[in-house]
Amino acid sequence: MNKKSKYPKLLGIHARPGPVLSILLAALPFVILLGIYLVSAEIRHRDNPADKLLPKISKMTSAVKHMAFEKNRRSESYLMLDDTLASMKRLLIGSGLAAVAALLIGLNIGLFPGVNVTLNPFLTFVSMIPPLSILPILFISFGVDELAKIVLIFIGIFPIITRDIRLAVGKIPREQITKAATLGASQMQLAYRIILPQIMPRLIEALRLSLGAAWLFLIAGEAIASDGGLGYRIFLVRRYLAMDVILPYVLWITFIGFTMDFLLRQALRFFYPWYVAGEDK
Amino acid sequence: MNQKARFLQVIDVYKSYSGKVVLDNIDLQVKKGEFCTVVGPSGCGKSTLLRLIVGAEKPTEGEVLLDQVSVGPPDIQRGIVFQRYSLFPHLTVLANTSLGLRLGGRPGSERMSSQEIKDESMDILEKIRLAEHADKYPHQLSGGMQQRVAIGQSMIMKPKILLMDEPFGALDPDTREDMQLFLIELWEQEKMTIFFVTHDLEEAAFLGTRMLVLSQYYSDGRGNGKGINRGAKIISDHPLPRMASNTSGKQSREFTRLITQIRKEGFDPDYLQHAHEFNLLHPDSFQTLTEDESRI
Repeated sequence: MNKKSKYPKLLGIHARPGPVLSILLAALPFVILLGIYLVSAEIRHRDNPADKLLPKISKMTSAVKHMAFEKNRRSESYLMLDDTLASMKRLLIGSGLAAVAALLIGLNIGLFPGVNVTLNPFLTFVSMIPPLSILPILFISFGVDELAKIVLIFIGIFPIITRDIRLAVGKIPREQITKAATLGASQMQLAYRIILPQIMPRLIEALRLSLGAAWLFLIAGEAIASDGGLGYRIFLVRRYLAMDVILPYVLWITFIGFTMDFLLRQALRFFYPWYVAGEDK
Repeated sequence: MNQKARFLQVIDVYKSYSGKVVLDNIDLQVKKGEFCTVVGPSGCGKSTLLRLIVGAEKPTEGEVLLDQVSVGPPDIQRGIVFQRYSLFPHLTVLANTSLGLRLGGRPGSERMSSQEIKDESMDILEKIRLAEHADKYPHQLSGGMQQRVAIGQSMIMKPKILLMDEPFGALDPDTREDMQLFLIELWEQEKMTIFFVTHDLEEAAFLGTRMLVLSQYYSDGRGNGKGINRGAKIISDHPLPRMASNTSGKQSREFTRLITQIRKEGFDPDYLQHAHEFNLLHPDSFQTLTEDESRI
């Protein structure tokens, strides 16, 4: 006899959507968005075949082909690749430096009361400054080259990661510190051999959350003064209303961001299995 | 008071937190090789006493001495096992056990080769019967196994005294009995000095060679009203016979009588003995009362 489940498939707090239904539902918003776009583009093109605002898919693929797979005549290189490499270099150096500095400073603030009273109020002050408001200062002091953009990313995400690391250190049970001392750990060993490895996964988590902000500062920096980069390109072609370039670039940036997040998550699972297991509990 | 009894000494120790007295003029001496258990109602300050001995906290007044020397912050002379968080989650069982040697904490261990360190750690793991789990992480072990690693991790340092703060408090009853037998066996083999805090009266009476009862339920010369800012004292101190290494002793008549007596003396808020009447039966026991306290 086929017994009907008492749990609803979709509606209510007790719903148990099956695997197939889950995938279909997850795809639904994307399909709807794409559908709305295609229909709107079709309507606009019926009025004006040269419409630039909502380019057709074919227009975008030919733009991508031009930007990504054909050598630029002036620079003898692939523009989209150049833009990607320039942006990634800034993003990785800026957020990498921020992560390293935040790890060391956050660890010392969290562990040593003397460092805490000295640096924590200053850190709180710095983290309240809206980074974009000091962008002009950065361009004036560090020039319009790479340095100012890297510093902007650094200043933008360093305080938040530091505060997160400090909290993570504070959450390490006092028992561990007592235990380590009874095992003969010196203060340096405690900080760098016992506490630091334990907060590394938290650093990765904090970095994952900060990458969105890092992209924001990167694109803002590139939009204002640059001669290459994904953000630079978007703001350059905006003058010609080249939505056929802007939209694929936005998708490309989203894809890179997603990939970086995915890689960090995999690194967490691979290098810190004990942390992942602890979080699941 | 013989010399041997003065291995661990707690002299006129007070501990208060923002004016509220928790430990009130504690006097204690424990001899080497003793398995000393401390029991008392919740909130009486048992764990505080242990933290004073390990050095994680400083007495408000008074002094703690180990081997005639006043103690400071935690060091290798005192091993500790907590109810939780004794293990480092990012290290395997083997790495947790060998940590003290790898940090160079035990005198001479900085000259040991990594093979020597591994061999000695594996010996310990054999003793605590976890050798086959050497490469697992703490989260992959059961609660009882985790506590065994925590004990092994301390043992490798050869501390003068092993302090244990409710080490079996989070375990299910069966595992708990296994661990009790395991600990007694280990104590006999290794001739350790153990100071063991628990809220479980039966556990304290079963494990120890000496049982202290710490309680805030007593009266003294300062009056017996509830409003007096009074902390816990050692209100009873019993020498215990070493029972056979199985748990059947827990059913014996003497055992049950002792439990009933201590439940009344230490755990009943309405049963207030005067400080002069405390059952301080152990030969090493002593008590110095202030003039205020000793008034009848």
